[in-house]
Amino acid sequence: MIRLNNIHKSYVMGNSSLHVLKGIDLHIEQGDFVSIMGSSGSGKSTLLNILGMLDNYDNGSYHLSGNLIANMSEKRAAKLRNELVGFVFQSFNLISFKNAMENVALPLYYKGVPRKKRNLIAMEYLEKLGLKDWANHMPNEMSGGQKQRVAIARALISKPKIILADEPTGALDSATSYEVMDILREINDDGITVIIVTHEHDIAAMTRQIIRLNDGRIHEIIRNGELKNFQKSYIHGLETA
Amino acid sequence: MFDLDLWTEIVSALKKNRLRSFMTAFGVFWGIFMLIIMSGAGKALENGVLDGVKAFATNSAFFWTERTSVPHEGFQRGRRWNYETSDIDYIRENVKEVEYLSPRLFANNQSGNNTIRGERTGAFNVFGDYPDYFKIDRWTPVQGRLINEIDMLQERKVCNIGERVVEVMFEKDENPIGQYLKISGVYFQVVGVIHAETRINIGGGKKEETIIIPFTTMRKAYNYGNKVYFFSVTSKPGTKVSDLEEKLKVLLKDRHKIAPEDQQAIGSFNIEKEFVKFNALFLGIQGLTWIVGIGTLLAGVIGVSNIMLVIIKERTQEIGIQRAIGATPGTVIKHIVAESVFLTVMAGYIGLSLGVAVLEILNQILLKAEGEMFFRNPEVNLTMALSALAVLVVAGIIAGLIPAKRAVSIKPIDAIRDEG
Ligand SMILES: Nc1ncnc2c1ncn2[C@@H]1O[C@H](COP(=O)(O)OP(=O)(O)OP(=O)(O)O)[C@@H](O)[C@H]1O
Ligand SMILES: [Mg+2]
Repeated sequence: MIRLNNIHKSYVMGNSSLHVLKGIDLHIEQGDFVSIMGSSGSGKSTLLNILGMLDNYDNGSYHLSGNLIANMSEKRAAKLRNELVGFVFQSFNLISFKNAMENVALPLYYKGVPRKKRNLIAMEYLEKLGLKDWANHMPNEMSGGQKQRVAIARALISKPKIILADEPTGALDSATSYEVMDILREINDDGITVIIVTHEHDIAAMTRQIIRLNDGRIHEIIRNGELKNFQKSYIHGLETA
Repeated sequence: MFDLDLWTEIVSALKKNRLRSFMTAFGVFWGIFMLIIMSGAGKALENGVLDGVKAFATNSAFFWTERTSVPHEGFQRGRRWNYETSDIDYIRENVKEVEYLSPRLFANNQSGNNTIRGERTGAFNVFGDYPDYFKIDRWTPVQGRLINEIDMLQERKVCNIGERVVEVMFEKDENPIGQYLKISGVYFQVVGVIHAETRINIGGGKKEETIIIPFTTMRKAYNYGNKVYFFSVTSKPGTKVSDLEEKLKVLLKDRHKIAPEDQQAIGSFNIEKEFVKFNALFLGIQGLTWIVGIGTLLAGVIGVSNIMLVIIKERTQEIGIQRAIGATPGTVIKHIVAESVFLTVMAGYIGLSLGVAVLEILNQILLKAEGEMFFRNPEVNLTMALSALAVLVVAGIIAGLIPAKRAVSIKPIDAIRDEG
């Protein structure tokens, strides 16, 4: 599903250049539930943005669902994003002048789904996320957790194959964070690949694979047995706290 | 192709961003509105003034006499004097630049009721004129005919009367033609009811209250001798009436023993000079309208672009998000430009309609208003208004295109990250 081959990425600012990703090889299967961890500045967001075709890479190759993602027109990128990817951001990034339902329905607008129909579908998704009563509220009338659920509904409505979430719980308290993680797990249970970036070990422990980045390289990938230990230590730590 | 969804999206985006939309729209609205009002008002002033003078011979000058102000050839200053019929004959024969020449007499005592018909009496302005006068200051016969050369020659006791004279001296359904009026003791037969085509008033009094009788008849009936109180001339084509005016003044001063340096003794007035002034005035008003108009328009354009600039940041992020969830650059640009054009056209249209409506109301008020109006028929300069609107629409397109282009030219993630 996702295949990264020796991905390099540098940010050029004036005459200095910052080498952020220094050869990433990664393979993620359909249906995986992955978290990306690493210290601040290690390149997590950069990697996720490349995965979501929001940013480009300098070297290597990236295949998504069999498509080579390189040098494509923005029109095609937009279409692929619309079909394959759903985004969830740390700062929610809802359109401030649209209410919850309209925000959720927006991706379908770009797909050309008529208004009535897309609003109906949006309501279904809002209902799934327990936000039916908030459909007509504007983003600034909602709590962080509610906004993030709206954002998730918006990411889901176009039936993507992948959900990419950059610190989806970063702006939420722990109880709300766990609610959001439960939702993401349910999404994953439906077969959608979920990739999140997080700082928090307890959040990462809820996923099925942890990719640790260090200075632009993959430091380790934790899964299976090791993951059990990881989970035990962090979930335990949580319980005693 | 009408895309209902696009329009609902646009209208809802504009509605939800009320302040932003209002500010943009207001700039455009105000620009167009002011332009319409100003050009309309300028035009109204022009119409008002020119309507009253355009039938007047622009190559005409008028002469009357005042007391002398300089002692000359044994005469004290402050002498009263008059032109004489011999002056008229002399000018006719010797000054080739003169086209028409029309001497005038008027009643010495213009106040009090001077006109009687049975029970009816009235106070009117009675002038003794040559038929040529009608060629200088245009009058048209509403009924009957104008006074002519034969009347002059035969010194006939006939008169032309203004519309107000008819109202005062006759019954509503009475035909004044052929009836007699007793004017300062002498009976005159009405041969024509006349209407003044201009509102330039020479000799005072309201033009509707005028009675004109043949010059020769007046001289004889009231014993004016060879006096001439006033005369009008027009210059032949190719001669400037101002030059003619100066020439005649020199000549008349000489004939009447008036000091050449006496600035006061000959009163004169020259329409050409006034027209030059008018024309300069209207040119000035038009110029001002354009300057202020372009100014307001520019302010509108700057307003639109400025507001667009202010919202670029906000928009950039919004556009980044839209792109993340599947909006193509084409869709984004189409949206923003359509939004901006829709706004400017709507605002422009409202400004246009309101401006026209205000002018129309003004027009109605002016039509109802009585009396002398130097402000009439404010016309809308539609070409000007529409070209202004076109400029604003183009400005709207550009104002929408700039942020939209910018937001789609950068990577989506940079747009999303963009922090206002
Ligand atoms: N648009 C950009 N231009 C220049 N440098 C950038 C840009 N985006 C990120 N960087 C730099 O690249 C490095 C990696 O950034 P990235 O956002 O991927 O880190 P991160 O792992 O997500 O960190 P954090 O945990 O703080 O979010 C950082 O040093 C950052 O300063
Ligand atoms: Mg980050």
